Amino acid sequence: MAFANETALPRYLRVEQDRIERIASDSGLDFFPTVFEMLSYDQMNEVAAYGGFPNRYPHWRFGMEYERLAKSYEYGLSKIYEMVINNNPSYAYLLEGNSLTDQKLVMCHVYGHVDFFKNNFAFRTTDLDSGGRVLAGSLESGSEYKPNRKWVDKMANHGSLVRRIVDRHGIEKVESLIDVCLSLENLIDPWSRFVVRRRHKEAEEEPTEIVVPRLKSKDYMDEFINPENFIKEQRTRLLAEREREKGRFPTEPRQDVLLFLLEHAPLERWERSVLGVMREEAYYFVPQMQTKIMNEGWASYHHSSLMTGAVADWSEIIDYSEANAGVMATANGQLNPYKLGVELFRSVEERWNKGRFGREWEECDDLDVKRDWDLRLGLGKQKIFEVRALYNDVTFIDEFLTPEFAMDHKLFTFAWSNRSDRFEIETREFRKVKEKLLAQLTNFGNPVIYVQDGNYENRGELLLRHDHRGVDLRSDYARDTLTALHRLWKRPVCIVTQSENKPVTMRYDGTEHSVVNSDA
Amino acid sequence: MCETTTLLMSLKIDQDHSRFRKIVRGKIRQNLRRYISQGEMLGRKGKDLVSIPIPQIDIPRFTFGSKDKGGVGQGEGDPGDTVGSDDSDSGTGKAGQDAGEHILEVDVTLDELAEILGEELELPAIENKGKSRIISAKDRYTGIRRVGPESLKHFKRTYKEALKRAIASGVYNPARPLVVPQRDDKRFRSWKEDQEPVANAVIIYMMDVSGSMGDEQKEIVRIESFWIDAWLKRQYKGVESRYIIHDAVAREVDRDTFFRTRESGGTMISSAYKLAVDLIQREYPPEEWNIYPFHFSDGDNWSMDDTLVCIELMKEKMLPFVNMFAYGQVESPYGSGQFIKDLREQFGDDERVITSEIRDRDAIVNSIKDFLGKGK
Repeated sequence: MAFANETALPRYLRVEQDRIERIASDSGLDFFPTVFEMLSYDQMNEVAAYGGFPNRYPHWRFGMEYERLAKSYEYGLSKIYEMVINNNPSYAYLLEGNSLTDQKLVMCHVYGHVDFFKNNFAFRTTDLDSGGRVLAGSLESGSEYKPNRKWVDKMANHGSLVRRIVDRHGIEKVESLIDVCLSLENLIDPWSRFVVRRRHKEAEEEPTEIVVPRLKSKDYMDEFINPENFIKEQRTRLLAEREREKGRFPTEPRQDVLLFLLEHAPLERWERSVLGVMREEAYYFVPQMQTKIMNEGWASYHHSSLMTGAVADWSEIIDYSEANAGVMATANGQLNPYKLGVELFRSVEERWNKGRFGREWEECDDLDVKRDWDLRLGLGKQKIFEVRALYNDVTFIDEFLTPEFAMDHKLFTFAWSNRSDRFEIETREFRKVKEKLLAQLTNFGNPVIYVQDGNYENRGELLLRHDHRGVDLRSDYARDTLTALHRLWKRPVCIVTQSENKPVTMRYDGTEHSVVNSDA
Repeated sequence: MCETTTLLMSLKIDQDHSRFRKIVRGKIRQNLRRYISQGEMLGRKGKDLVSIPIPQIDIPRFTFGSKDKGGVGQGEGDPGDTVGSDDSDSGTGKAGQDAGEHILEVDVTLDELAEILGEELELPAIENKGKSRIISAKDRYTGIRRVGPESLKHFKRTYKEALKRAIASGVYNPARPLVVPQRDDKRFRSWKEDQEPVANAVIIYMMDVSGSMGDEQKEIVRIESFWIDAWLKRQYKGVESRYIIHDAVAREVDRDTFFRTRESGGTMISSAYKLAVDLIQREYPPEEWNIYPFHFSDGDNWSMDDTLVCIELMKEKMLPFVNMFAYGQVESPYGSGQFIKDLREQFGDDERVITSEIRDRDAIVNSIKDFLGKGK
């Protein structure tokens, strides 16, 4: 590929790469083969606009992203340091013209990421079968684990598939369909690869007779404890329920709205292909969203230990520290995932080195004893490698964010204040901070939405249900998303949600939007 | 070597980028009237580029409203303190009314902008009056010569010649491919004179700067002149602008002074017309130039006598030589607005005279259409 030849690393960096790879491997990291390429800033901007891939399907938003990146680079606002793709082999890009120290730092960071891609369980969902199709999470592991993750190829194939469709149907039509798909792209079920949600029933069993469960009682008490007319009432209720269930479609709510549309929406063949492509790509990016804090934390942990260990020489330490401080900076009270992640890993390492876990530690009330608690277990390193394999952001925070950590790192929650028309610090109370953080990360920051009924009101309408957990949907976006949904479903579409603590149903029938207050 | 990669690479995103630009053009077109009346893009003019702020085009999703959401932060402060006050994103003051709404600045060339204006207002292309007799001569470096200055040496050609000679004379050694150009090998770029007819145009802006023209009125003129410039520049290769201000007397000034000056004297419009006629006679022979006088005032003139002088001047010395004569009357609280009536009475059916009343900023668009809609 001409691209690869033109962008191969110069010799002196190639040498560095070999050295860093060896050191990283010695430190316990276990990564896919990693290919570095050197890009000029406009090539970098292009690749970044494509989400790290050299080839994507055609869409204007990549052009918009490119314009934004190019602008902010020209104005000196930001510069992309590092980019790495979850692919086997992994591809990573270095920016031409960065100093040698920066390039070393980036390489160390990249090996951290690639180790994470290979070993964290969430990324198993991006393994492909030998034909390049998406398969269910596999359980292989260890040094023999060599999954097919040729997503660079897959994305390029998606690109040519969509281009073929464009040739036939015209860019306007295809692009507007892609717009529609992107509007719905977050309506997927992030755990579907790990859980069998739908089992094929061997054969529909004949409905058995309805048995109303009875409370246990002595014979002579039975007619009081299980009164006849109550049993009768229950029987009719259950019967009615079964009757209702008969026509229900889908039989149980489905979170993978995209799949439901793919299977049931009246789409043309090319529309189905495009929607399928968009869905596959949406799933590809899920693990990265689920592990942002861990992934960046892990990479930062390792770039820091590698650089200050064997990689950087003494003349580079100041430059390294400056670059590192820039990455770790927290400004304007915003949470920096790099910082949060790396500090959490360090705190876990320290706790397991000193034995600060388990029942004895939890039950100890004496602050003096706690301060000097050190069982010299030295389990820290082993523990963090285990954590990087078995956790995602939600479970990571849930398990390892301690009150001491929240206090040391000055975490707080903030909320919009209508009174002063701005965001204000709400509280530093540990429980609330943790709750809010977890809520933010749940379902990779997206509302949980199900397909409730594909034949709503027996009129072929689509009913979605938003599982409301305290935060309303943004209403103007929700309206536009319904419009997009209607474009695929072609019948009226509704979503049940809440607005200002009242249950509402938003509906779009193809010409008009309406919002009805509904009883839950 | 490096260039070819860049070229190849850029082509890929270029398609997506140009699709995006198209969408942006649509947005600008949609909002053109607002942009025009607010004069938003004027202060931002670079050489040929205008930066236009447009709201970031976002793909709607089922997502959380950002105000309800809040979040977790890190740093100093007590409950009740503002978070991220330096950050425009997190919503302080007006900029953050809709938090999360980013502003995207896109660069548009003046040419493109004029095109959008043309499409939106359905402006016809200007018929050239056949005054293309000016020949501009341009040097183009297309040829190769054996002699020339070192600075024009064509390196590749020179090297090729040297290589040819080396191989022919058997000096060339593939194992040690050293090629030294000699004097005879040297090749230089040379130029040819390309001659092309150019249609030139001159815009003569005249403005009343007497006391009754306030800042708002001048701003309107400024906005309007920006668009007239943009449109005419698209139509002609070389466009010159000249500026005349007048109260009771007229003088020629540069662009900056034109919009800044404020006098308090009376108004003699004829003084400006005289100067304009003078300028045309002196510098812009009508057989070579397309001439566009634009006059803006609040319609107050010193006396009827002076108005008669103006009309006389226009009839005798202006209209026969110009493409059109445009008069824009900006409404001001002090002006009587009489002048436009006089003009309309005199030239009501004369196609060369175009008059337009500009009541306020919102009327600018229509007045541009009045002026440029005839295709003159």
